[in-house]
Amino acid sequence: MSGAEVLAQQLVNGLTLGSVIALVAIGYTMVYGIIGLINFAHGDLYMLGAFAALSLIGVSGLAPGDGAAATWGTLAWVLVLVMAFTGGLNVLIERWAYRPLRRAQPLAPLITAIGVSFILQNLGMLWGALPLEVMGTNAVAPKSFPDLIPRVDLLSRMGLATGVRVTTKDLFVMGLTVPLMLGLHLFVTRTRLGTAMRATSQNREAARMVGIPADRVIAVTFLIGGALAGAGALVRGLFFNTIVFNMGYGAGLQAFTAAVVGGIGSIPGAMLGGLLIGLISALSDHLISARWTPAVLFLILIAVLVFRPRGLLGDPTGQKA
Amino acid sequence: MLELSGVEAGYGSVRVLKGVSLRVGPGEAVALIGANGAGKTTTLRVVHGLLEPSAGQVRFRGSTLAGVPTEARVALGMGHVPEGRQVFSRLTVRENLRLGAYTRRDAAGVREDLERVLEVFPRLRERLRQKGGTLSGGEQQMLAMGRALMGRPSLLLLDEPSMGLAPLVVEQIFRVIAEIHRAGTAVLLVEQNAYLALELCSRAYVLTTGSVVAEGAARDLLVREEIRAAYLGG
Repeated sequence: MSGAEVLAQQLVNGLTLGSVIALVAIGYTMVYGIIGLINFAHGDLYMLGAFAALSLIGVSGLAPGDGAAATWGTLAWVLVLVMAFTGGLNVLIERWAYRPLRRAQPLAPLITAIGVSFILQNLGMLWGALPLEVMGTNAVAPKSFPDLIPRVDLLSRMGLATGVRVTTKDLFVMGLTVPLMLGLHLFVTRTRLGTAMRATSQNREAARMVGIPADRVIAVTFLIGGALAGAGALVRGLFFNTIVFNMGYGAGLQAFTAAVVGGIGSIPGAMLGGLLIGLISALSDHLISARWTPAVLFLILIAVLVFRPRGLLGDPTGQKA
Repeated sequence: MLELSGVEAGYGSVRVLKGVSLRVGPGEAVALIGANGAGKTTTLRVVHGLLEPSAGQVRFRGSTLAGVPTEARVALGMGHVPEGRQVFSRLTVRENLRLGAYTRRDAAGVREDLERVLEVFPRLRERLRQKGGTLSGGEQQMLAMGRALMGRPSLLLLDEPSMGLAPLVVEQIFRVIAEIHRAGTAVLLVEQNAYLALELCSRAYVLTTGSVVAEGAARDLLVREEIRAAYLGG
């Protein structure tokens, strides 16, 4: 493999990983945009989404090698159910943990979010102990996620003999994440509720003055952010084929960094930041070492906070999107 | 239409309103004047439910508003043009105006009202696609008023509509307020510029450190010596 091919391969890997990171980053940025909270529990919600996806696939009996129709049909249902689960759970978390603290000083919900994160991680451990075949025998051990999507190299199929592999798996990830992000963009910019959401994040009091039920809009924001994390979790499980109860921490760090790089509060920023962080992670994995990738991400996070705190697409006035 | 009786309210341990009672009849224009910090804005915030009173009662169209959230009061017929205008700075002028009709479901009526607002404020029509934050102060005031009108309020709460605006713009804004009032909308106007307020309104309340110290017909207040001295610059 030539140097150029290696680089191109890392670009493909980075974009695929990045689009999953972007889905999670959107949840951070939307919640920050609307209530100014860094929701530390978001990564753990994503982890629970992966556990829910694995359990549903286990229950459905779907296995690698099943026909395409059965695989896609079942996965579509799993996707819908997982998104409903993580979206609904996020709404409950907001209702019970964050809403009562709406008028408290900002540190209170932040610490609460860390507490929720611990609760969710423990739920993940308990979930791992469920008597399901897919969970194995050790509750806290990584679970293997069935490799349901064949990895067919598309370029060589098309007769392009290069060292770069763009597989059906990459295509699957893009095919799911890109429409979700486009849909979100259209919802936020074109619909009445989406406009109300932007208004609420800019000025909650003025939003209430024109009759927007701010609490309900905030709940919808958690619903959407949670549902996208669930979709990301299913995609991640199918792509990397392993999940573990504490995966939310690393995934959360990546996604949070992406949200900050893109400009926290900005949805397009989270999408762009996700792709960038995916690329940087892939390059760091390859050029430095996967062990150093979290350190690289922390360095980027610090550099952005020092030199461009509003991120790439954040609002110059420092207000929220 | 609107009736406050013995309303007390404040922020934390600071009591701002110490028993305010006032009423606004259907279609009536009432001014609330007084010095800085007298509690005028706080009164409007209590009326619109942005601040819960610690004592006393607010009644609107015959029923109490205790526990009714701000957004529901909009649906009941309140429109609010807040202090500092508070337009959505990163939404377009059109989006700002449409959000003013958020509680309404009659799409045709909303379109009509949008057209009417743009006739009243032609400047806004030129700027429909511009972001609210890029408008001048006077244009933002027009936008905040247009936004409130889009909800078809039966009671319009106006907080210092003249603040920081050039005299010519103030004149235009007050002409529009007078028109809105003539069309049958009740108005509760908070204003530093007591002359302007008393010219527009038929009745007025004078607020000093959280209490109503004078009330009556605007033309009587205009000639009362102590009020002239305190609020009309002699």
